[in-house]
Amino acid sequence: MANAKPAGFWKRNQLKIAPWVFLAPGGIMFLIYVLIPIVQSVWISFHDWDGLGDKVWIGVANYVELLDDDTFYTALKNNVLWLVLYLLAIPMGLAVALFLNQTVFGIRLYKSLFFFPFVISQVVVGLMFTWFYAPDFGLFSQFIKWLTGTEVAILADERFVTYGIIAAGLWPQTAYCMILYLTGLNNLNPEQIEAARMDNARGLRLLWHVILPQLAPATFIAMVVTVIGALRSFDLVSIMTAGGPYGSSQVLSYFMYEQALSEYGYRMGYGAAIAVVLFLIMMVFITLFILRMIMQERNR
Amino acid sequence: MKTFKALAGLALSAMLMGSVAFAGEIVINSDHSDPAPKKAMEELIADFQAKNPEITVKWNNFDHEGYKASIRNFLTADPPDVVAWYAGNRMAPFVEAGLFEDVSDVWAANGFDESLKSAAASMTMDGKKWGVPYTYYQWGIYYRADIFAEQGIAPPKNWAELLAACEKLKAAGVTPFAIGTKALWPTGGWFDYMDLRVNGYEFHMDLTAGQVPYTDPRVKAVFEKWAELVKPGYYLENHAAIDWQDAIPQMVQGKAAMYLMGNFAVATMKEGGLTEEQIGFMQFPEITAGVPMAEEAPTDTFHIPSGAKNKEDAKVFLAYLASPEAQAKMNATLGQLPVNNQAAKPSDKFLDAGFTMLSNAYALAQFYDRDADAEMAKAGMEGFQEFMVKPGEVDRILERLEKVRAKVHQ
Amino acid sequence: MFPTPIHKSPPAAQIAYKVLLPVALVIWLIPLIGVAVTSLRPASDLAAGNYFGMPSSLAFGNYADVFQNSPIGWYILNSFKVTIPTVIGAVALSCLTGFALAVYGFRANLWVFFAFVAGNFIPFQILMVPVRDMTLKAGMYDTTIGLVLFHVAFQTGLCTLFMRNFIKGLPFALIESARVEGVSEWRIFRHIVLPLMRPAIAALSVLVFTFVWNDYFWATVLVQGQHAMPVTAGLYALNGQWVAAWHLVSAGSIVAALPPVLMFFLMQRHFIAGLTLGATKG
Repeated sequence: MANAKPAGFWKRNQLKIAPWVFLAPGGIMFLIYVLIPIVQSVWISFHDWDGLGDKVWIGVANYVELLDDDTFYTALKNNVLWLVLYLLAIPMGLAVALFLNQTVFGIRLYKSLFFFPFVISQVVVGLMFTWFYAPDFGLFSQFIKWLTGTEVAILADERFVTYGIIAAGLWPQTAYCMILYLTGLNNLNPEQIEAARMDNARGLRLLWHVILPQLAPATFIAMVVTVIGALRSFDLVSIMTAGGPYGSSQVLSYFMYEQALSEYGYRMGYGAAIAVVLFLIMMVFITLFILRMIMQERNR
Repeated sequence: MKTFKALAGLALSAMLMGSVAFAGEIVINSDHSDPAPKKAMEELIADFQAKNPEITVKWNNFDHEGYKASIRNFLTADPPDVVAWYAGNRMAPFVEAGLFEDVSDVWAANGFDESLKSAAASMTMDGKKWGVPYTYYQWGIYYRADIFAEQGIAPPKNWAELLAACEKLKAAGVTPFAIGTKALWPTGGWFDYMDLRVNGYEFHMDLTAGQVPYTDPRVKAVFEKWAELVKPGYYLENHAAIDWQDAIPQMVQGKAAMYLMGNFAVATMKEGGLTEEQIGFMQFPEITAGVPMAEEAPTDTFHIPSGAKNKEDAKVFLAYLASPEAQAKMNATLGQLPVNNQAAKPSDKFLDAGFTMLSNAYALAQFYDRDADAEMAKAGMEGFQEFMVKPGEVDRILERLEKVRAKVHQ
Repeated sequence: MFPTPIHKSPPAAQIAYKVLLPVALVIWLIPLIGVAVTSLRPASDLAAGNYFGMPSSLAFGNYADVFQNSPIGWYILNSFKVTIPTVIGAVALSCLTGFALAVYGFRANLWVFFAFVAGNFIPFQILMVPVRDMTLKAGMYDTTIGLVLFHVAFQTGLCTLFMRNFIKGLPFALIESARVEGVSEWRIFRHIVLPLMRPAIAALSVLVFTFVWNDYFWATVLVQGQHAMPVTAGLYALNGQWVAAWHLVSAGSIVAALPPVLMFFLMQRHFIAGLTLGATKG
């Protein structure tokens, strides 16, 4: 060893350079296709543009107009509802995952079938629920009629419409969280569980104190994905109500699409401004999540 | 000298090759994804190629909804030679952005101002023609002829008779009008007809062009008349939760008796089990006496993108498309009406009635969402839908519509 | 294992569970059963108002119509051509990026991670015009490869998050001991960490497959012709201009949903991976 050559540049600086080498391929793709376009879109939001002709600089005029727009506030309110209620998918997904985490005969088939709602096109999910809720022939409205005596057309009633759509969305989203938790449950530390069992921990206590902490990564991802899903919620709103009745189930993602890309919307600049607002809202959540995650990791 | 000859030879062959490559192929993008339109297009293209063997056609068929988004992309990105679209204010954004080609020469060369007269106005902007129409269809009130006969109701010819008919039907436990407003556009049809009958065609065109404020008393008058149908509950309940075709079963089951709709509704009614004898068609009745009766006839069209590679042959295609034979054949398959007034019309009870009605119409409107500016159309139809659910809020709704109009047409 | 394995519970509980499973499944899948039944309805049922009752006849012909009215076989092939490369690409890239972010404590680590997560939160509609223009300029408009590149880039965001967290959960001692032995970083990644990531790779593959398979929006933005159109966009072609052919769309949706479910079913065994935790003892 005394005659060993001095370590090469690579070996010496490996630890410093390596991360960047690993990051490069994915990072560059992401930069080109996502990060730069975001900046470009913020740029567009300061213009008045119909997507076809020339861009006209108008500064913050789009944002000023947005603050004066009733639809914007309706969409904002609905997005809050989505955010809060969509999180129900997480405990529901955990419950289903726990239910299925056994090794009985055919459990693989059951797991696949429970996952199915997530896999089927959201348009069809929305369609089915629309028919469920439909007045007169819908199964759900018939059930309500039987229960309370009056008919309630969920999707035509501005008080209930958003809740109806969220319920439809919870179905595939729960399946999604279920998958995440099934993965997490497969990676549990059996020694910790055995130790806890020997300490007489059972059922809910075992779940809360030993299992859930180990599932934290899965919970984290589930939250991230559910929040993203809640703020995206485009397909269902589009197919079930198109933002109606008269705009009462409007959400920011659909509002943006309507303004910029739909049959009746040629306002790319205005749509971009809405998207920027949506993005800023999401940024709040991302920051909170990441901070929390970092703190948790530091405490390990 | 040798080099010069060589170069000249090269240049010549390049030119020849270039021209051979161009002359010969046209690319058509359209959204004829339904079985009937698809068949009609296939026949049209086959016949066109038979008549013009030196031109080959490449046809990209899109799904109907996705097309509306895709067209914005391919018109700028990689335009084909011919695109399908709509007339009136619907084509305005593309015309204004310079994405459509002026085809006034095709119209002039083929005398289309005469043969396509009924649709000429909706194809014109700035005095130039921007495309060629090939089909339209009628709107009117389709009704359960057997229920009418049972209740002793004759098809109403004016407003008073219509109200009387509605009252009678309601008393018999039948909802007078079926409608499904989830997709919003059925409300546009209702508003259009009410305005056309209360105030007339010229006023309606001015309104949709954004020259009349929505708070104008004449507009309010339309809603007051409309309220006479809304307030007594003459429309299907909870219409905002269903699509137009989910309201058809109500008519099929006899729970509703009338439907103001386009002719394509007939096929669905028959699908649900109604026979032709049970379905009647009538023109929307007169409201203000003496106002000439204009009709709705949304027109489908083909255009040439300004970025097309082979405009020569594309124009040949447009000319063929507008010919009486092509239009007659296409519309026979489509079940709609040819725009060319020299084409043979299809022999179907409803189309026949529609053809007569449209030929005698005072003028033709393109439907609210094609006559009005896109943003105004969306806000307008949302307002109509809300009015149909909350007729008492008419003032607030009109003020909101006026706010949008002022912004759009400043 | 949690919850308590069922065969350790009293027989009554075992029977109850075995009965509850299929019942729960049926209730869970009622909407799906609705789709399946609708796919077998003739159009006349829907026009007559028979949405939830017994179909008046079993229209197996709907499935044939789906294949006849649209080149759905072609569309499905295209979907595979887009989805499989995307899964491979996104998962591979995110293994690398996740590893970088989980193992190395460089200063910009947090910011890079933040960028990945943030970039995935955006409403992707906003990317439409810039990405379309870029794809066009690169000559990849209306090709499957154009679609693949976008999806790989976009999915890498979420996958990086997932992988980074997963790797963080692995025992760092494995890596430390390898470094002490002078193993190069690449070999640590390739031979020590990567094999341990199998469950995560399997799970992510299924998720990315599903996302990209069901994508409708980008298919309409970046693709025009049938030669590259995936099945989602093609499915809606079954809807008429005026009259929605929901019975056909339902049939088509079921056909289109089979590949992702099949994939999940096949990948399930990889979830049950046993980690070699014993390597860190002693």
